[in-house]
Amino acid sequence: MPFAILLSIDFIIMGIPAYKSVIMMEDTRNDSNMVIKITGSQWRWQYEYLGAAEANIKGESAEDKQVLNDAKGIKFVSNLTTTQDEMDNKAPKGEHYLLEVDNKLVLPVGKKVRILMTSADVLHNWWVPQFGSSRVAVPGFIRETWVQILKPGTYRGQCKELCGKGHGYMPVVVEGVSMQEYQKWVVAKKEEIAKAAEIKEMTKDELVTAGKGVYEKNCAVCHQVTGAGLPPAFPALTGSKVANGPIFGADGKYLKDSHLDRVLNGKGVMPSWKAVLTDNEIAEVITYERNALGNSVGDLLQPAQVKSARQ
Amino acid sequence: MSTTTITHDEEHHDHPTGIMRWLTTTNHKDIGTMYLTFSLIMFLVGGAMVLGIRAELFQPGLQLMKPEFYNQLIGVHALIMIFSALMPAATGFANWMIPLQIGAPDMALPRLNNWGFWLLPPSAILLTLPFTLALFGIGDGAIATGWTFYPPLSVQGGIGVDFAIFAVHLLGISSVMGSINIIVTLFNMRAPGMTLMKMPMFAWGWLITAFLLVATIPVLAGAVTMLLTDRHFGTHFFSAAGGGDPIMFQHLFWFFGHPEVYILLLPVWGFIPQILQTFSRKPMYGYKAQVYSLWAIGALSVVVWAHHFFTAGMPVPALLYFMYSTMAISLPLAVLFFCWIKTMWRGSMTFETPMLFAVGWIILFGIGGLTGLVLADVAADAQYHNSYFVVAHFHYTLFAGGIMGIMAGVYYWLPKMTGHMYNEKLGKVHFWLTAIAFNMTFIPQFFLGLAGMPRRIPDYAIQFTEFNEISTIAAFALGFSQLLFVYNIVMCVKGGKKATDKVWEGAVGLEWTLSSPPPYHSFTEQPTVN
Repeated sequence: MPFAILLSIDFIIMGIPAYKSVIMMEDTRNDSNMVIKITGSQWRWQYEYLGAAEANIKGESAEDKQVLNDAKGIKFVSNLTTTQDEMDNKAPKGEHYLLEVDNKLVLPVGKKVRILMTSADVLHNWWVPQFGSSRVAVPGFIRETWVQILKPGTYRGQCKELCGKGHGYMPVVVEGVSMQEYQKWVVAKKEEIAKAAEIKEMTKDELVTAGKGVYEKNCAVCHQVTGAGLPPAFPALTGSKVANGPIFGADGKYLKDSHLDRVLNGKGVMPSWKAVLTDNEIAEVITYERNALGNSVGDLLQPAQVKSARQ
Repeated sequence: MSTTTITHDEEHHDHPTGIMRWLTTTNHKDIGTMYLTFSLIMFLVGGAMVLGIRAELFQPGLQLMKPEFYNQLIGVHALIMIFSALMPAATGFANWMIPLQIGAPDMALPRLNNWGFWLLPPSAILLTLPFTLALFGIGDGAIATGWTFYPPLSVQGGIGVDFAIFAVHLLGISSVMGSINIIVTLFNMRAPGMTLMKMPMFAWGWLITAFLLVATIPVLAGAVTMLLTDRHFGTHFFSAAGGGDPIMFQHLFWFFGHPEVYILLLPVWGFIPQILQTFSRKPMYGYKAQVYSLWAIGALSVVVWAHHFFTAGMPVPALLYFMYSTMAISLPLAVLFFCWIKTMWRGSMTFETPMLFAVGWIILFGIGGLTGLVLADVAADAQYHNSYFVVAHFHYTLFAGGIMGIMAGVYYWLPKMTGHMYNEKLGKVHFWLTAIAFNMTFIPQFFLGLAGMPRRIPDYAIQFTEFNEISTIAAFALGFSQLLFVYNIVMCVKGGKKATDKVWEGAVGLEWTLSSPPPYHSFTEQPTVN
């Protein structure tokens, strides 16, 4: 049958290069310069820099390896920054509508980056079309892939595995920069993270004002901007038992199912935030929830209290 | 040959009328009619859902619905189209035509046949009820995980997932019952002289389909039941924290899922050559080659499932094996295409509506198949998986391949079933509108996928706007043209030019030896085949 013969020829033309491509695609370890860990969650990506790869890569300078290692420990969450007004057609849409984030993943050009991937809750899939590869993030498992950016620039992608109502709203933005730029960024980012983690004493107004930002970025997607929620799946915060109940027990000790416990550890579908939010942010958002959104409990929570509660 | 004359009074004595007739009938033609009617209704329901989806996708931004509702529509649309529209249509034709084509008075297991059908309306209710319940504040809507039920998202989901699981159970049981019936009928009730290798191609198509269903539906049932127990009874098959693996679900689901797409297509691969033969006025080319190819495809279909989740991460040998085995399926398919085209070659062709659909089908299903070959390549699939490229691919194979195939069958057999000719002009208009609107709906989607648009999103980046607009407008045209189809069918059932026994000049097969419509008990005298 002529068609079968044509196809068999096509198999050879497609099949042999495919063999090599697959092996190359899956080879995440050989010649990798650095390692990062990507965690998918509902509905944002979290990036963690794990430093330079251990093996010595041929042709790599010691300085480069040091710079890559300096990034170790940088960890941040990448949230969509497109506004609700744009999505509701109340404001004109920006050029990068749905493809813009607050914290980009910054990677050095020309280095092979080994990516370890996992998920905090359900399946997600990290995809940047210009990199030509994608990988599923599976909760409880580590999956691997790799990328190597050849040209400096901004690369945008999206989550590619249905993960709930926020599936279309967790973009990937990667910035490819030269090694010098990368070095500068590493230093600046580490400073930024250290500052955000500094435990300060804040007034109630400072906590509430900052908390509004944290709430709208992280909590509003389920609990709504007004705090009305979407029962039965997402309870309302307005007038809720948890948000109006005590934060600590009568003896001042950590109270299970308290407002603080709920935010730190989650419950059921609600994710735990202790790995995503800093002590400052948790204190801010809890104070906001208790003194806005229709609630007026009147108390406040200091970041230092959150820090000690974590132990 | 002995003859037993059945008097007019005896014929009608045992047959109830009205609703009870339809509830209790064991007649293969009545049951076939019910399957086909149910399928048509559900096709319109699923179509209405997708018009909602495409309307939301007309422009970036959220105009009509919240993302959580959008996620419900996409999943239920797929479940309805696959399980409540395509499969019942193919089963309806099996019931109507298999006994007629093999010279049998009915199916081997008539009461099982009745029960197999009546499981379907409850399943349709189970799939759609959660939408209504949500309006009253009970639960938060239908299943919102897509038709593939992937955990852990499906473990998180509300009662809509449970409803869908039970619907799938009912649909599965119905399919298995029908398959058992078909296998027994085909092996035992062929007219004398009709050896297996003289069976009509439609019978072969369904025989292999039936074996695939019996082999794979239990696996699906097992997978969704494990999901049910993970959701409610504390098991952790698909939860890593409990020692399980979410990807195991994908293995189980697609072990059923891949043969399922061939289950949807094999019956069509059975009767399309019969239509081509009829309107080319030439014997079918390569009967044996086609039969062996159908078997090869059936056998290969059960060992290629992982190509649906190449990006989930699996060892390199697995990736390579599944890639090569998936590519291998295209070989018997190439044989089939060759035989179909050679059947028409130098034939004396006329292009009544069934033939228009059959020829259009070859081209469009061919496009679907070739784009599948692209997806089989693991290196390319990393890019295309879960993008709109895949959506376009499976609509080419399942809408053009499945549904337009069924439409060819409807136009082909409607005169035989009803005794009237349908409106030929309207049929041709329906074909052209469908074919053009279909291509305009889905060709842009190939490019959207290549440009980086993922699937299952209710809103998209602004560079995808123009192609989404084209796709939406064409989709509405496609949807509304189906009303012409419905109208034509209804008018044909009610009346029209009287159809002869043979209907089509080149028609070959035992069904064309009976009157149009056939007598209530089909063959009262067993025919012989030489």
